[in-house]
Parts: sequence; C-alpha cells; structure tokens
Amino acid sequence: MDDRFAAAWALLPSYLSQHVLLSLCALALGFAISLPLGVAACRSAAVRWPSLFAASLIQTIPSLALLAMFYPLLLGLSAISQAWLGRGFPALGFAPSLMALTLYSMLPILRNTVAGIRGVDPAAVEAAEGMGMTGAQRLFWVELPLAAPVIMAGARTAAVWTIGAATLATPVGQTSLGNYIFSGLQTENWVYVLFGCIASAVLALGADQLLGLIESGLSARRRWRIWAGALGLVAGSAAALSPLLAVSAAASYQIGAKNFSEQYILADLMASRLRAAGARVSVKEDLGSATAYRALASGEVDAYVDYSGTLWANVLHRRDNPGRAAVLAGLTRELKRRDGVTVLGPVGFENAYVLAMRADRARALNVASLADLAARAPGLKLGSDLEFLSRPEWAAIRSAYGLSFARLTSYQPTFMYRALEDGEADVISAFSSDGRIAADHLVVLADPLGALPPYDAVILLSPRRSGDALLRRAMRPLVGAIPVEAMRAANFSVDRDKDKLDPAQAARELARQVGLER
Amino acid sequence: MIAFDGVTKTYAGRRVVGPLSLSITPGEFVAFLGESGSGKTTTLKMINGLAVPDAGTVSIDGRPVGADPLPSLRRRIGYVFQEIGLFPHLSVAENIAVGPRLAGWPPPRIAARTAELLSLIALPADIAGRLPAALSGGQRQRVGLARALAAGPGIMLMDEPFGALDPVTRDALGRDYRALHERLGLTTVMVTHDVLEALLLADRIVVLGSGRIVADGPPGALLAHQEDPGVRRLMETPQRQLRRLEALEKGGAHG
Repeated sequence: MDDRFAAAWALLPSYLSQHVLLSLCALALGFAISLPLGVAACRSAAVRWPSLFAASLIQTIPSLALLAMFYPLLLGLSAISQAWLGRGFPALGFAPSLMALTLYSMLPILRNTVAGIRGVDPAAVEAAEGMGMTGAQRLFWVELPLAAPVIMAGARTAAVWTIGAATLATPVGQTSLGNYIFSGLQTENWVYVLFGCIASAVLALGADQLLGLIESGLSARRRWRIWAGALGLVAGSAAALSPLLAVSAAASYQIGAKNFSEQYILADLMASRLRAAGARVSVKEDLGSATAYRALASGEVDAYVDYSGTLWANVLHRRDNPGRAAVLAGLTRELKRRDGVTVLGPVGFENAYVLAMRADRARALNVASLADLAARAPGLKLGSDLEFLSRPEWAAIRSAYGLSFARLTSYQPTFMYRALEDGEADVISAFSSDGRIAADHLVVLADPLGALPPYDAVILLSPRRSGDALLRRAMRPLVGAIPVEAMRAANFSVDRDKDKLDPAQAARELARQVGLER
Repeated sequence: MIAFDGVTKTYAGRRVVGPLSLSITPGEFVAFLGESGSGKTTTLKMINGLAVPDAGTVSIDGRPVGADPLPSLRRRIGYVFQEIGLFPHLSVAENIAVGPRLAGWPPPRIAARTAELLSLIALPADIAGRLPAALSGGQRQRVGLARALAAGPGIMLMDEPFGALDPVTRDALGRDYRALHERLGLTTVMVTHDVLEALLLADRIVVLGSGRIVADGPPGALLAHQEDPGVRRLMETPQRQLRRLEALEKGGAHG
C-alpha cells in the first residue's frame, strides 16, 4: 500500500503538469472562441440558434468518444498537410485532446455569455445607446462588465467539466491524471485509481473555488477577490506546470503501450533498455488497440509490442489462418511494404485467446483439448470477458469444433476468474500469457484444428526509426528472449491482490529472470 | 432648431405617430402631453434616432437625423428617462463621466466637470464614490440628470423623467431642472402624462392623441380656451382638483 502510494506520488508532477497544461489550453481556447461567438449570438438570431444547437449537440457526445473521434480526423488532416505542405503533425496526444476538450468546454461559456448579455437591464442598454455609445463601447463598457459574473459562472462549469474530462485524454496518448485511473483499472491497482480520482477532483475543486472567488468578486464588485482568485490561479498553474520546464527537452524516443499489464511491463522493459543505452525515452501508455498501430505507422510512437493475430486480422484484414510461421512471415513482408513498419521479431511468447479450465475439473471430465470439450460442452457453462463472444475467435472455434454450451456469461476479467473458481463457470476465455493461468492451476485447452490464430508478441519499429542503430541494438536482445512462463509470472506479479509490483518493478524482475540485465 | 416634417411611424400595422409636423426653436421648453399610447415617447425618440420614422424627416439645425452617424449625434443630446438606466457597475462619478469620456475629454477636465455637476444638481460631493444601488430614487434621478448634462449638450430629451418619484422630490427636482434649463440655455423636450407638470414647467405644450397634434400652445393659452372637448377636460383637471382641495380645507366632505 505504502509502496504503491509512494509510486503514485512520484508520478504526480509529470501527470499533473500535463493535465493542467491540457486543461488550461483547452479552457483558454474554449473561452477565446465561445466569448466572441456568444456576443455574436446575442446580436443575431441567425448565429444564436445554430451555435447553441451545435454546442449542445457536442455535449451529448460521450466525452471519450469525442476524444477518440479527433484522432482519425487529425490523421486525415495531417496526411493532407503532408501532401500539400510537405509536413504533417502528430495526430495523437495533445492535439486531438485539446480540440475535443475545447469543444467540450464551449457550451457553458457560450450559453452563459448569451444569457448574461441578454440579461443586462434594458434600461442600462437604452441609456448606453441614448448617450451615443457605439456597439463596441456598449459591449465593453456596459454589457460585458454587467454580464461578467454570469459568464464567469459558465467558465467555472466549463473548468470543472474540462478538468474531469481531461482524464479521458489518456487513451488517445496524452498523459494526464487519467493515466492513474486507466492503468490502475487494468492492473487492479485501486490505490492508483483512487489517487487519480482524488487528484483530478482536488484540481477541479481548487479551480472551481478560485474561479468562484473571481465570480463573487465580479458580482459584488470587490476588486481584492478578483485579484486573489486570479493570483491563486496563476500561482497554482505555475506550480503545477513547473515540472514541464525541467524536462522541456522533448523525449527523443517514444515507446507505446496498449492498456493492459503485459503492455505496461514490456514498454517499461523497452524504455529502460533504451535509457541504459543513453537515450531519452518516454512511454505513451493506454493507447487503444487500433490507435497504437496507427501511431507507430505515423511515427508518433517509435516502438511497441503487438500480437501477430491482431495485426493479421485488424491491420491486414485477413481472415485465414495459414499457421504461425506463415503469419509472421506475411506480416513482416506486408507491413514493411504497406506502411514501412519493421517487424523486428517475436518476443518469444504468445498471448492468444484460449479456453481454460480448472485443472482438477478438466481431469475429472477428461478434457484436454477443444475437441474433447465439444462433447462435454452442452452440460457446461462458459464464462467470457466482455468482448470475447463478439470476436471472430469465438466464431472460429465454435464452428470448427461445434461448441454449444449450456450457458454463456460475460464478466469483467477479475470476476471471470472468480466465477471459474466458484464453479459459476466451467470454462473461461483467457489470455495465454495471463499470470492467473499458472497461479489458479488452470489448464489451457489445446486447439488441434488450429482454429485460433497465432498471437505471437512481436516488436514493431516505426518507419522513421527502422534504421536507428541505437534502437535496434537495444531491442534486438528482446527477440525470442521471453518465454510464456516468465511473462505469466511478470503479469501475475502486477495483477495479483497481495504484494503487487508496479509495472516498472515487474519489468526489472522480468529482465532479471530471463537474463536481460544489462 | 428641431423640425418634424410629415413624420409617420407604424408598429405592427398600427399607426402610432403622424402624420406630424412640428418645429421647436432653440431655448424652448416643450412638453409632449398625452395618454399612454399617444405616440409621445416614439416622437421624442425620433429626435435622437432611437426611433426611426417610416416616412418624413426629423432634422436638427437643418441636418436630417441619420445623415450623420447616430453615436456622434447622440453625444450632443442629453437623454433622461423614467428608468434612468444608471450603469450599476459604475460609481456616481463614473456614471457622470461617461459622456465626457465618450467625447474624449482629458481626465482632469472630466474630474472637474463631475464635481461641478454634483453641485449643480444639488448632490453632496461625498456620494461621488457610491454605486447607484446605494442611492435613493430622487438622488438617482439627479445623477441621471447630471450624467445627461455632463458633456454640455444643447438639447435635452426627457421621457417621464420624474415619473417614479414621490411628489415632494418630484416638485423640487422639476423646479431645479427648470432653473437649469434657463441658466444653461438649453432646448428641452419633455414627455409627460401629468398635466400639472407640463403646465408648471413648460413654455409650450404639445398635446398628442393617437400620434397627432391635438393642441399646441403656451400653457396660458391652452388653459384659457379650448375648442376640443378632450383637451379642455384635460386642461381643466388641475383646477377641478384644486377646487376640491379648497372644499376639503373648508371642512367639507368628499363628494
């Protein structure tokens, strides 16, 4: 507990500074767009209804989806810019997060600007006009000062929303306080989850209180409150952002990781090897399964580990299964040809979808393979994770072996293992490198027909870095180095409930186990 | 000189003003008198372009309103109305300074002018720093007057300026304003529905009904004899009320 708290605490400066930078930029940009738009909306109904409608519509999109939508959009824009101007820009990380959060922050500011200005006493407006103020003078001398408290209230709401939603920038590759939450959820490190939630809540509440001070200063016309609030905001932002100055030099290597324990461990292992070679490295964690490959292909990530079956199906859109070696060879050829991506080689273990049973139960039922299982399945219950039943792997084994279970139930992974232990499920879908297979004394059922595609973990290098000697030297020893037992043990050390290691510790332990210490 | 020439105005298909022709000479104190809906406020607002006639022209010193940008015209015309419209976020002094600031005066001159106006409208100097919300209704309307006068306009437009005040304040402020009108050589156009106020303050009363001029003349002439029965009844009202007051004084009952 203390260890995990200390580890979380050590990450705070970097996560918090990124989170504050992102939220601050999104709010500033949102304010800079919404305020003039709000003023224009007050002057003209032709602006008012479309802009308010659009802002409300954006608000109805789940914030995670909004963030995710900007990635393909920016990727397309970057390609256009590459074609026309000869240079693209990163489609992952800060840019899509900033755009989505900016849009997300707009509604409260826009709505309150319109309400604030339209709510100004008509007598004051008539006096302003009657005295000969121009439209701009009326706006800056009368309407904006009088609407300021209402506009500030909108900015407050926007700040709380934006700071909260910024945690969702993690899956699109932007470091934020969400890194605690997403990696904590995956590794069942509840200290991290709680730490991330509390940190972002404290940040949001702090910003809310300081903006509230400014708001009350504006409405009660107390200058000192406005100054105190503004000073607090500036000081707080400066303190939170200061770690950015210390590491202002951009990382020269980016290692990517998807959103589960094994990926965190491998990314930490790769990063530490690069660091040992004298390189500056940063890790982009919690990338979505599809975004990770695209980020690599576009050069935003220099290296990460993916799985041959995933690349085969999702990137090359192949539905056949020519066998482990043929898939690897095909991938190496096709990814190079198509995207310039280098498949450096397999890491040595597979992380495939498999069906697993408790060893004692499998023995009792005399089941060792999927073929054996087919005969018993009508009397058995299958527990799966949340996506397995909608994946092609399930369709493939079901039709290959004619599997038909008495009942199918989906669980969150932790509860799926519990269900198997309690006998709620007889068979579960599992990942072959999951540490719980060994720890819970499970057996993996063989697939004699080869219906499940191979899922060799492979190291991928971006086109930009494929000839980079330092990167290749650091990664090469990982090829073929990690057997599935070592990976399971490392995964389990992160996933287990007691004596948890964090991914960096697990990576060091794994390196020691397989003899990869420098 | 303010001149209305064949002016009409229609709102939502209903003619509210005109056709109306009228000229007001410099230095006159004119009251537009009429019931609500008689078009008196709309007529007044045509002088500073807050209302725009559908047909005909309003001109000031020979230049049609609207020929020049309205803000520069309005800065030369004082405007006071019943709701006053003091800027609630500005202090009394800052409210008074708005006109001079719009006219681009240097700050020392603005400060001197603000102090001068506070004494001109008989307000203690120590209220200069207060916000409008901290003033009484009478003080607020005095500040409204001071603000309208600050940039030194030649014309004052007043729309029911004293309508929301108690009778004592109303009478005092009315007399104070009349004195200022003389002293500053202003041309004043005031809208009111109060016959007594019109009679006691104005040099000339224009009675409006359904947007047209029903009667036009100095108070004495309008009191003396009227052919229009409506105007006669209107003008006789204060005297009728006076007679009833005298009866009450002699110990009579309401009747």
